[in-house]
Amino acid sequence: MHLVLERRAERSVQVALASPLIAIALTLATMAALFWLLGKNPLVALGVYFVDPLTDAYTLQEIAVKATPLVMIAVGLSVCYIANVWNIGAEGQFIIGAVAGSWLAVRTQGADAGAWVLPAMLALGALGGALYAMIPAICRVRFGASEILVSLMLVYVADLLMDFLVRGPWRDPHGLNFPTTAEFDPVATVPVLVEGSRLHAGAILALMVVLSGAVLLGRTLKGFEIRLVGAAPKAAAFAGFDGRRLTLFCFALSGALAGLAGIIEVAGPIGHLQPGISPGYGFTAIIVAFLGRLNPLGVLIAGLFLALTVIGGEGAQIALKVPLDLTKVFQGILLFYVLACDSLIVHRIRLVATPRKPAHGHA
Amino acid sequence: MTDLATQPLLQAIEISKRFGELLANDAVSLDLMPHEIHALLGENGAGKSTLVKIIYGLIQPGSGELRWQGDKVELAGPAQARALGIGMMFQHFSLFENLTVAENVALGLPAGEPLARISARLAEVSRAYGLPLEPRREVWRLSVGERQRIEIVRALMQSPRLLILDEPTAVLTPGEADQLFVVLRRLRQEGCALLYISHKLEEVKQLCDTATVLRAGRKVATCDPRRESAASLARMMVGADVGPVRAAAARHAGLPRLVIKDLTLAPDDPHGTRLKSVALEVRGGEIVGIAGVAGNGQDELFAALSGERTAPESGNLVIDGEAVGLASITERRRRGAAFVPDERLGHATAPRMTLSENTLLTGHAGGMVRRGFIDRSATLAAIDRITAGFDVRKGTRDPEAMSLSGGNLQKFVVGREILREPGVLVVSQPTWGVDAGATAAIRQALIDLAGRGSAVLVISQDLDELLEIADRIAVIFHGTLSAPLDHAAATRERLGLLMGGSSADALVPTEAGHALGA
Repeated sequence: MHLVLERRAERSVQVALASPLIAIALTLATMAALFWLLGKNPLVALGVYFVDPLTDAYTLQEIAVKATPLVMIAVGLSVCYIANVWNIGAEGQFIIGAVAGSWLAVRTQGADAGAWVLPAMLALGALGGALYAMIPAICRVRFGASEILVSLMLVYVADLLMDFLVRGPWRDPHGLNFPTTAEFDPVATVPVLVEGSRLHAGAILALMVVLSGAVLLGRTLKGFEIRLVGAAPKAAAFAGFDGRRLTLFCFALSGALAGLAGIIEVAGPIGHLQPGISPGYGFTAIIVAFLGRLNPLGVLIAGLFLALTVIGGEGAQIALKVPLDLTKVFQGILLFYVLACDSLIVHRIRLVATPRKPAHGHA
Repeated sequence: MTDLATQPLLQAIEISKRFGELLANDAVSLDLMPHEIHALLGENGAGKSTLVKIIYGLIQPGSGELRWQGDKVELAGPAQARALGIGMMFQHFSLFENLTVAENVALGLPAGEPLARISARLAEVSRAYGLPLEPRREVWRLSVGERQRIEIVRALMQSPRLLILDEPTAVLTPGEADQLFVVLRRLRQEGCALLYISHKLEEVKQLCDTATVLRAGRKVATCDPRRESAASLARMMVGADVGPVRAAAARHAGLPRLVIKDLTLAPDDPHGTRLKSVALEVRGGEIVGIAGVAGNGQDELFAALSGERTAPESGNLVIDGEAVGLASITERRRRGAAFVPDERLGHATAPRMTLSENTLLTGHAGGMVRRGFIDRSATLAAIDRITAGFDVRKGTRDPEAMSLSGGNLQKFVVGREILREPGVLVVSQPTWGVDAGATAAIRQALIDLAGRGSAVLVISQDLDELLEIADRIAVIFHGTLSAPLDHAAATRERLGLLMGGSSADALVPTEAGHALGA
């Protein structure tokens, strides 16, 4: 007997809905085993991870704060992945967006420039992310370079560029030599929603991005184009859609959203530009996109869930004395299971009898 | 061993196979005798492929059994079938373009035999059966007919005692088909049993000794095709009379609506065909056919006409008096042109998208989109019109394209374009792999469209189709398009020679002289 993976005649709707849930269940089981191996009580550990953060107003707000960039980036990435365009470098576009927007904050520092500064910073952030994303897109369209590699490599370029800026030209002169810009002026800061918390107006923006993404993909001709190019490129060419122009569009859109998330993060919860502004949001958003079934509404739920694991991981670090890396392990396992379960939507596993050796003597 | 001549080589007894809701084979029995060419007839979806795959060991029967020379056998896979002496030639060639003939043959043989010996055996078999093949040539250099020769030789090298052929003449010129028949008759004489699947009833009458007819998974008749007429065979397959296509009333050619001028175009992939100075006029009210063996530039010509590839110059293509050689496919559609490619799934439609979305695929240029938003009621109304007008049968109102049968999806794809009332329609292989009922409906729709004053260009490898519906027929060979022949002058023989690369001038010098003078 052996197992075979065979294509289903029809896409299974039940499995499509259940797939992320199965993946989460499998991840939890694996995590429980991991905790057990580390000598922790698995039930207590999972409780610290997934239940405790939900019982406290502060951590609930923190979940929303963490989910904001994840969701914003993942909506853009979903558009890319649906169109079969593989932007893996959202982390770099996030950083460049933060840098581009921060430029204005640094330039207007202390000048009391007025209320236009923040909107202009957001626009610059989106523009910066979009332009940075155009590099892999143009390399892809013009020279046939793998957008996966180029976009991924540019993450490190972006990271080092930011490092250079905050250690060199943009360093806060009164910052005791720490590699950081000065604290942004109030006009260059995203306002908070609840006094005394870190929940900021960016969360509202993220919700708007989710709704716009859902409308774009579900109701517009552009959304149809995105889905068609991804599903059947030859039919898309027959429909008159230019796959190369769409590649540029997808990169520009996802880059802009990642850049917007970057400047919001810097001008919001952080308040200044410094190394390490992202704990890997651009990469975690890839998991969010797939866990959310590349559907903006699903991405919203998946983003909140992943944010929960980040907050839970911080809690576990303190309560259980486990390393923070465990959260990354968790996210990796989750992506692994999500992709594995996804293959069950179009395939099914079947147990078949191993064929016997051909009978001899007949020939 | 009993008397070999009267004992069936292979018996299929009460074979049934179910796929989900569909009963693909319902207690089908079949005896294949040595010294016999046995035709397997039926419309698409009648269960022919399922039965053949069971006999070749590709799928297992749900119930029933196979007997080889009287002994019950269970075939776990094609390797076991081949070990018994069952060979199969597939309709779609399974050849690697960049490998040589010998290398391709070696891939289909049991591992271990050195390539030099395979080459030698290959040369021997091809000489013995009069099927010339150069073992060291790469496949991409070969014509379709030569490629099929590889498949035959590959099958013959395993000395099959039962050879299954799935529509072997679908891509051959009449001359090439005749060469194939010589080989098949010789195999019969040598004692081989042949199972022959074809849609071409005349061919079956000419070649086969017995015919089994399947309809909706059941065997409806076993007969001697030589004693039946093509019409009576068709009636058995369909279960009803198939009426001839009627010509549109008083069709007369008007002004040229589609003009191709001196179109030369390099292929965009290394195995493609270069179009060389293609020129043609299609007038309103007429159907012009382009005949030719697959791979002679039809795909390139279709892409150039549709705008999936633009021409070098604007003037290379004129639609209703406007030069559109550089225009996109969407702009060409806005000027009243419509296109139906030959590949239903993946080119004409997105398989996993619904019919309403697939309507949008060619309809987004007009009426189905408002300010960038999809007008869903308009797309649904369009599929309802197509469904009603072209008798598209489907399970729900708006299913995924790939859930439709081939014939129904083809009716949908053709209907989608015809209901837009195009001034110019370019259609490639309109009835490829489509059953008789749908074929008649589609051909009628094309004739009626021309009757309403549109210019219709049909690219087809099916000569019978073109002879039935086209007013003039041109032949494409190696990227060159012949001058069109009028219906009266377009005999099978002349077209066959043009399809094989002989020029019309060499064939009939006096008439060619007329043509040049005209």
